[in-house]
Amino acid sequence: MTMVPEVDQGPAITSLRSKDLLGIADLLPEEITLVLDTADAMKEIASRPIKKVPALRGKTVVNLFFEPSTRTRTSFEIAEKRLSADTLNIAIATSSVVKGETLADTAMNLEAMRPDMIVLRHSSSGACHLLSRICRSAIINAGDGTHEHPTQALLDAFTIREHKKQLRGLKVAIVGDLTHSRVLRSNVHLLTKMGADVWVCGPPTLMPTDIKRWGVTPTNHVEDAVAGADVIMMLRIQLERMEGAYFPSLREYFRVFGMTEARLGLAKPDVLIMHPGPMNRGVEIASEVADGPFSVILEQVANGVAVRMAVLYLLAGGAEHEDPA
Amino acid sequence: MPDTTSAVVMDADRISRTLTRIAHEIVERNKGVDELALVGIRTRGVHIARRIARTLREITSREVPTGALDITLYRDDLMRTAVGPQPVVRRTEIPFSIDDQKILLVDDVLYTGRTTRAALDALIDFGRPKAIQLIVLVDRGHRELPIKADYVGKNLPTNPEESVQVRLEETDGLDEVVLQQEARP
Repeated sequence: MTMVPEVDQGPAITSLRSKDLLGIADLLPEEITLVLDTADAMKEIASRPIKKVPALRGKTVVNLFFEPSTRTRTSFEIAEKRLSADTLNIAIATSSVVKGETLADTAMNLEAMRPDMIVLRHSSSGACHLLSRICRSAIINAGDGTHEHPTQALLDAFTIREHKKQLRGLKVAIVGDLTHSRVLRSNVHLLTKMGADVWVCGPPTLMPTDIKRWGVTPTNHVEDAVAGADVIMMLRIQLERMEGAYFPSLREYFRVFGMTEARLGLAKPDVLIMHPGPMNRGVEIASEVADGPFSVILEQVANGVAVRMAVLYLLAGGAEHEDPA
Repeated sequence: MPDTTSAVVMDADRISRTLTRIAHEIVERNKGVDELALVGIRTRGVHIARRIARTLREITSREVPTGALDITLYRDDLMRTAVGPQPVVRRTEIPFSIDDQKILLVDDVLYTGRTTRAALDALIDFGRPKAIQLIVLVDRGHRELPIKADYVGKNLPTNPEESVQVRLEETDGLDEVVLQQEARP
């Protein structure tokens, strides 16, 4: 009755190789599995009466957000607090950046106060790599430009794994704004590394030019992408990153690419519908689908906290980057 | 090259008889199994707890709730080494309320007492038990904290250079307790 099945074999590796989490591209499949297994243990903490463990006591984490974010920033902050870290939130509107300070100067000034980790979101691709080179602190990428959003891909994988047990062999259709999506890039890295069959679908104008080298099946026909899919991930149409006309109208986009109940019928009967949020209802996804029985969109949000706790915990041990002082 | 000498100090029969004896002691001391729950410390404490639960069922025909506790996030040495890999965290599963229950905390070896300290802190975060009693298969001495077991399978005098290996069918394919001596070259 109260017995729980368990696996006593330890993971293949027990630590991450880098002091930072800059992207999924740098991770080995074993490292991805380690994060997901650790997140599995972290998830239980949310169900306790006291949702806090002392693991990161005395560690300081700076959440440095140069782009608006509710979900990701809140998720990181809750994760940090549940691990007992001290957290500091710096948002663009209130920082010296508006007075003209460069990212490198901001980072070095923060470093001088000796935080242990910096969670960075920035509109420039590669901002986290820059910080990683000049900072002793562990850098966690919370989304950089159109490059990567590794914790989103990890929480997506965690959610899929909870339902489907493993990622290998699943058909995953990713539909939407392929050009501007860092979520897409991180997810493609992760899913292909873990052996999933990844299909990406969007208008020709939003198809990355180097898509042939991604190891995925590109298509402009959403029906082909969705047919027999185990998982459908919808990407947000990112109007704020679009500098031209990529399609005639939002209404037409919905008609051609939007996820409707009719299109859902082409997928496997136990398909999962995912969306990294925030959703544009009636643009990339119909409300009946977003709120329907196959949607795991709110589970993704809940799992985000556990996955970020895992990443924070695994990076808190540090690597060979301690200064001798 | 350091060579190791090892001696089996408990075999499968001995372990089995010992756990049966502890189960009887539990029933005697608590006058039955009302309000009792077992919580094993990962990894081998969990298996010992399940075996004790099985024996308690045979003796009393009552089911004692059994959970698993991972103490990694409560370790007192977690952030002391700035360099190096983090210990692996495993899932804690306590699918019942510990409030006002008498919790039987189970571990394989009691040594410095630091694991027990971490487990006590972790348990308190789950609620307010009426009491916590400690069960260990082996007490090897050398306590660094004021902690004492309520049920001891075997008191085993050791020196700090020795190591005590508890092997269980579930994890290691056989039941035995081995005392290993690492001889200096």
